[in-house]
Amino acid sequence: MIAILAFYLFATLTIASAIAVIFARNPVHSVLWLILSFFNAAGLMLLLGAEFIAMLVVIVYVGAVAVLFLFVVMMLDIDFASLRSGFTRNLPFGIIIAMVLAFEIVVAIMSHKAGPVLADGRIAAPSQPNIVALGQLLYSRYLLPFEIAGLILLVAMIGAIVLTHRRRGDLRTPNASRQIRRRREDSIRNANPGVGEGVKL
Amino acid sequence: MIGLAHYLTVAAILFTIGVLGIFLNRRNVILMLMAIELILLAVNINLVAFSAYLGDLTGQVLAMFVLTVAAAEAAIGLAILVIFFRRRGSIAVDDVNRMRG
Repeated sequence: MIAILAFYLFATLTIASAIAVIFARNPVHSVLWLILSFFNAAGLMLLLGAEFIAMLVVIVYVGAVAVLFLFVVMMLDIDFASLRSGFTRNLPFGIIIAMVLAFEIVVAIMSHKAGPVLADGRIAAPSQPNIVALGQLLYSRYLLPFEIAGLILLVAMIGAIVLTHRRRGDLRTPNASRQIRRRREDSIRNANPGVGEGVKL
Repeated sequence: MIGLAHYLTVAAILFTIGVLGIFLNRRNVILMLMAIELILLAVNINLVAFSAYLGDLTGQVLAMFVLTVAAAEAAIGLAILVIFFRRRGSIAVDDVNRMRG
């Protein structure tokens, strides 16, 4: 009973906040609705028994991606009102397309009973904790995709830094290669001047 | 009794909302990126639901990879957005065809 209630609560809130994301006037509110949507989707995944993925959704989506969106929305000085100009013009056609798409997907879902695979429709009780099972799978059978995922993240990080990095002209930054190239004998000279002659510079 | 079809329906509605968001906010790139995140979230719910009801953890591993790609995509997309805004002073998609490197 509680599971059913929780499912409908999480599902309703996920969908309602997703609708609020695309219809909110203020993009900061959009990001906050997106965070609510992510939290409720994490709740749905918890109900499915995927604890690790649920925590990962909270950490990665809410902790990293949504905060990134929030920073960009707040950093850029954008006139968002002018960006909504085509909104009402696209609305009727867009809703028709969305209805057709949703109808097609739901029809496709309803046909899943045609196959023999999902006949009983109950979640099997796990024999070991979710994280243990996932880790064993990830570090044995899916080791190469796992490493490639790490590589993708590295490439994304370097790409984002290279794209947004700008060389500012008004700063006197040290020239590192010139500093490293400099040797002791280039800059220091021992002199033994005679009395009364002084040092020639 | 909550079955697989319930979860798939939620994911389908979420996916449709994401597509609708891309369609409606065709000038606002930030909202388009958020709609893409919604679509990827729907895909993740689908993968996890199938993984749970089939008793096969491969779906959850795939959901992790989708999460990785979503994070990378958001980082790169927002970086492109920031340099685009620096150069043009707006983020309207209509101006993108004038970028030329």
